[in-house]
Amino acid sequence: MKLKPAVLAIALTGVLGASASAWAADVIKIGEINSYKAQPVFLDAYKRGMTLALDEINGAGGVNGKKLEVITRDDNANPGDAVRLADELLSREGVDLIAGSFLSHVGLALADYAQQRKVFYLGTEPLTDKIVWENGNRYTYRMRTSTYMQTAMLAAEAAKLKKKKWALIYPNYEFGQSSVATFKKLLKQAQPDVEFVIEQAPPLGKVDAGSVVQAVADAKPDAIFNTLFGPDLAKFVREGNTRGLFKSVQVVSMLTGEPEYLDPLRAETPDGWIVSGYPQDSLETPEHKAFRAAYVAKFNDYPRLGAVVGYSAIKSLAAGIKKAGGTDTEKLIAAFKGLKVDTPFGEIVYRPQDNQSTMGAYIGKLKNTGDKGIMVDYHYVDGATVQPSDEEVKKMRGDK
Amino acid sequence: MSSFLVQLLNGLAGASSLFLVAAGLSLIFGVTRIVNFAHGSLYMLGVYIAYSMSERLAGGVGFWFSLVFSAVAVGFIGALIEMVLLRRIYKAPELFQLLATFALVLVIKDGVLWIWGAEDLLGRRAPGLEGSVEILGRNFPTYDLFLIVIGPVVLALVWLLLTRTRWGTLVRAATQDREMLSALGVHQSWLITGVFALGAMLAGLGGALQLPREPANLGMDMLSIGDAFVVVVVGGMGSIPGAFVAALIIAEIKAICIWLGDVNFGPFSISFSKLTLVVEFLVMAVVLVVRPWGLFGRPQGTPRHSGAPEAPLRPAGKSLRWFAVALVAGMAVLPLLQGQFPYALVLSVDLLIAALFAASLHFIMGPGGMHSFGHAAYFGLGAYGAALLMKAAGLPMEASLILAPVVAGLGAVVFGWFSVRLSGVYLAMLTLAFGQIAWSIAFQWDDFTGGSNGMIGIWPSGWANNRTAYFYLTLVLVVVGLFALRRMLFSPFGYAMRAGRDSVLRADAIGIDVKRVQWLAFVIAGVFAGAAGALFVYSKGSISPEVLSVTKSVDGLVMVLLGGVQTLAGPIVGAVTFTWLQDTVARSTDYWRALLGGIILFLVLVFPQGLAGFIHDLVVKLKPNREAAR
Amino acid sequence: MSLLQIRGLQKSFGGVKAVDGIDFDVAAGELLALIGPNGAGKSTTFNMVNGQLRASGGSVKLDGRELVGLKPREIWKMGVGRTFQIAETFASLTVVENVQMALISSHGKLYSLWSRAASAYRNEALELLDQVGMKADADRPCSALAYGDVKRVELAIALANDPKLLLMDEPTAGMAPKERNDLMALTKRLVVERKLAVLFTEHSMDVVFAYADRMIVLARGRLIAAGSGEEIRNHPKVQEVYFGTGKTFEKPLAQEEAAA
Repeated sequence: MKLKPAVLAIALTGVLGASASAWAADVIKIGEINSYKAQPVFLDAYKRGMTLALDEINGAGGVNGKKLEVITRDDNANPGDAVRLADELLSREGVDLIAGSFLSHVGLALADYAQQRKVFYLGTEPLTDKIVWENGNRYTYRMRTSTYMQTAMLAAEAAKLKKKKWALIYPNYEFGQSSVATFKKLLKQAQPDVEFVIEQAPPLGKVDAGSVVQAVADAKPDAIFNTLFGPDLAKFVREGNTRGLFKSVQVVSMLTGEPEYLDPLRAETPDGWIVSGYPQDSLETPEHKAFRAAYVAKFNDYPRLGAVVGYSAIKSLAAGIKKAGGTDTEKLIAAFKGLKVDTPFGEIVYRPQDNQSTMGAYIGKLKNTGDKGIMVDYHYVDGATVQPSDEEVKKMRGDK
Repeated sequence: MSSFLVQLLNGLAGASSLFLVAAGLSLIFGVTRIVNFAHGSLYMLGVYIAYSMSERLAGGVGFWFSLVFSAVAVGFIGALIEMVLLRRIYKAPELFQLLATFALVLVIKDGVLWIWGAEDLLGRRAPGLEGSVEILGRNFPTYDLFLIVIGPVVLALVWLLLTRTRWGTLVRAATQDREMLSALGVHQSWLITGVFALGAMLAGLGGALQLPREPANLGMDMLSIGDAFVVVVVGGMGSIPGAFVAALIIAEIKAICIWLGDVNFGPFSISFSKLTLVVEFLVMAVVLVVRPWGLFGRPQGTPRHSGAPEAPLRPAGKSLRWFAVALVAGMAVLPLLQGQFPYALVLSVDLLIAALFAASLHFIMGPGGMHSFGHAAYFGLGAYGAALLMKAAGLPMEASLILAPVVAGLGAVVFGWFSVRLSGVYLAMLTLAFGQIAWSIAFQWDDFTGGSNGMIGIWPSGWANNRTAYFYLTLVLVVVGLFALRRMLFSPFGYAMRAGRDSVLRADAIGIDVKRVQWLAFVIAGVFAGAAGALFVYSKGSISPEVLSVTKSVDGLVMVLLGGVQTLAGPIVGAVTFTWLQDTVARSTDYWRALLGGIILFLVLVFPQGLAGFIHDLVVKLKPNREAAR
Repeated sequence: MSLLQIRGLQKSFGGVKAVDGIDFDVAAGELLALIGPNGAGKSTTFNMVNGQLRASGGSVKLDGRELVGLKPREIWKMGVGRTFQIAETFASLTVVENVQMALISSHGKLYSLWSRAASAYRNEALELLDQVGMKADADRPCSALAYGDVKRVELAIALANDPKLLLMDEPTAGMAPKERNDLMALTKRLVVERKLAVLFTEHSMDVVFAYADRMIVLARGRLIAAGSGEEIRNHPKVQEVYFGTGKTFEKPLAQEEAAA
């Protein structure tokens, strides 16, 4: 055994890849981990949104005189891979902080990792409430409007309908389960006589739409709360239309107004559903107009919600780093408390009490224009207005 | 009551869809014995091609023509796959073709993404069948009625083709005995190409017919392939009527579950709608336990190896021993090189864990001859075991690392007891079913396992909670594990395992209780997979149902096959190669899946005996003085 | 008392009686041939004695102990070895390892997880191989052997637990004439040396008449004759059953006499 480390080093270069890339002092590196291949619709736009924000920031001279650089990694929709990649980004690429994740369980794994390794983590898109409450920690902030917040917005609309008998349809995993649990709780508070006549929880991606639609119809509800999305939503909508389910029943549906899920419905779009979403085509606030124009100019395509999230995430990080005067973890944590960021949806604030941003969502109605669906009669609900009380938050978070 | 009847009708429509995908798979399975993972991808292609055509061609004729065109096109693609790829590797060790079809899945998925983009594509309604008819006071989609008819029609056509034509007679003969057929002088390769094309065409048709019911999307391949396998196995491999009956049973049970919804039994409430997550695998497990060859299947003859027989085990020669020592020593100094290779430690932990996992699978798959398609179950049981022992029972890392493999071993005691009663593909499918059942329990049991989110905060004890220490811990445990597995293969028990695989009759005639040997092998493999799982969970700090998923099981299969199932170093070489490739390739391009698939296809074609098998053969060839081992 | 006693042995497959109540005995030191035309029930009888098939009725007793209902491996433990019509060996083991495997099993060491199998009972195994003339090939892969050699290895495997009774299903099928005689001469020697009882089925009549001490004839599941070669040859029922192929009874014998 006379292998010298140097010899091994050379041998290993081929196997394990080159060592840490040059550590440029004038660059701030952000490690971004996401399920790019598993969720391509949302995340393609997300990546473009990040690019747009980066160009704007670096074009204006960067942050604190340093350029921002984002290094992306595909976690293959697997928390184990995500943690390894976080390790890789930190150890080899020398990133200053980590961000990203679409899937809730990946987000939770990264949040826990951040706490363990004492790095700053901005969960950009994962919706789970746990990431800021039960499993929240001081290293983890979350930008996107959470499941609870979106549900609360819709529950408020649902209460206005004064419908008594509700059907609940949701994909059988944590997002679906917690959205429905929250919906039931909030609606019951607002309207004690409400009755939930049927619950259907098909497996994600595998809804037997015909059977589910009929089971719901047979339960004779006055209204439906739905959190199916993606292919499941399209199947459900088509079967529901064909079988006449939506004729006499009001539907309240989560995420359905997001272009990612609304656009594929095309001529099938059901009229009058109350949805949460992002009316990109008609939203004419100054912030959004500027954002949309820049996006269209750069990519020759209209923005999806993913673009807004990716864009706002980078803007948030830039603002946070600027306020902290660097990328020191403790300073970042402090800087994000109460941090104000301008986004295409207007100003958002990172709440000091639970590290959740106040990014809101648009609540409106679906309208079928003949060949596609759009959102009409919408209004923006500020995320700050749909939170549980601070005591409740404190209880859930413990003293983290 | 009427609601129940209409639900049964819904089930019928679902059955037709299921049957169409499964029928082609069953044909291919029956004749070629190829576990075609890419069948779901062919189905997905069917939907996408039909979508593109029907968007371009106007009118009713155009729409229906699009569906037929799509089926034919997919059939053509199937023929191409068989001729260009699979035909070259029929002589490889059993199951190796699975690796090629796995690579195809990756390539096709990225190809579809590249051509059609990421957005879901919802097709038009079928012209003439847009609306609904009233049945028992409910609107029932006309198109579903059409589907209810088309399933039996296709069944009848395929049945006629198989029973009333000479070609069909040959295909049926090939399903029974391929060797016999070649002895009769039938030109096999064209027959097989034909079967593959027909099977692919049925998959394409099945996909195309779904166009008015669901949007073309990138998840269809994986979601359909599981169902298709279940239907084929429940019906009995190679039996088309069996596939139909199985599709009917499964679709109806699902429809009934949805109809039942939430039912209260005294204080307990069962959500049958949530049960649809796993119901097909429950059906498969029950059917296989009761009828080991599916409903309409016949007992398989002892499969005759088409490839070369495995060479006898030789103890490691001097050079190999030194190489192993040097490798371990080389790894042991890695932490000293953290400055130059900061990521090496991180990746090495994953590589080591993958190697132990793959070696444990190889233990039963190679020497044991039992192809487990659900090996993730034991990895996952070990991982969840460790996590729960820590979180729920409050044990420290050290204790849970020791006890978690026991948990996995106990799982293997139960699953193995049922599994060893079967053999061949049926055994593989029963292990898959158990794996899926274990997965669904972890996925559903929120209070205990954390449900789909899993659990977090499972970090090593203080002394091991840094990269270097945990790396050493993993290195030591994995090296010990690999050594133990190897040692056992050279023990009387290891020999008995191979003896039982080589000849059940002979083994039984010299007093070997083959089932018991296999059962114990299952448990041992489970224990070591569990150890790998436990090491995994502490290296990540969190756990979620992915560790129990089919993907994880398939990864294991890929590693073993890539390295070479007939060599002892195979799983280690395969695990390291695959994990490293995935890590590297994923970073180098957006279309990393296609690249990874392409690399695997290349390796498959160049090294049909696996990487380690290739090296082994090379070494043997370079030593002409020793008798060639094969 | 004879070593193996078979009384009223029956087997039916879905109403068809493959073996319909047969009786016979095999004594220690006796080489008994079980013959009969195709479909007579020879293999079925064989597989019932060995436990591979469960008898529908009757009894099979070895040294007075009932074998019906036992599994092959249990019957093996009682001292019954067997060879198969198409030789069954372990293709991925070497020749000597094949025999070692049987020895490991007979010593009850199958579940030993840590010792080295390659050195277990190697000398005994080599001795057995020596007896069948295969010692020189001990370390070759079994899959590389000529078929005749595989049959000899199989014999060595069958002898590993020092059986009292050896069942040989068409021991010379697929072998060249020279190999046949060698193998049967070897078997005969073992019978004499070890006081072994051998029950074998055989298609090749020259082998039967040259080596069997006694023979029994099965036809359509019934035992129609038993006795020495001379008795069988002249038995009217046997001639009837073998009508049309009857000549095979005379010819090989004539050849053998000529050769002698």
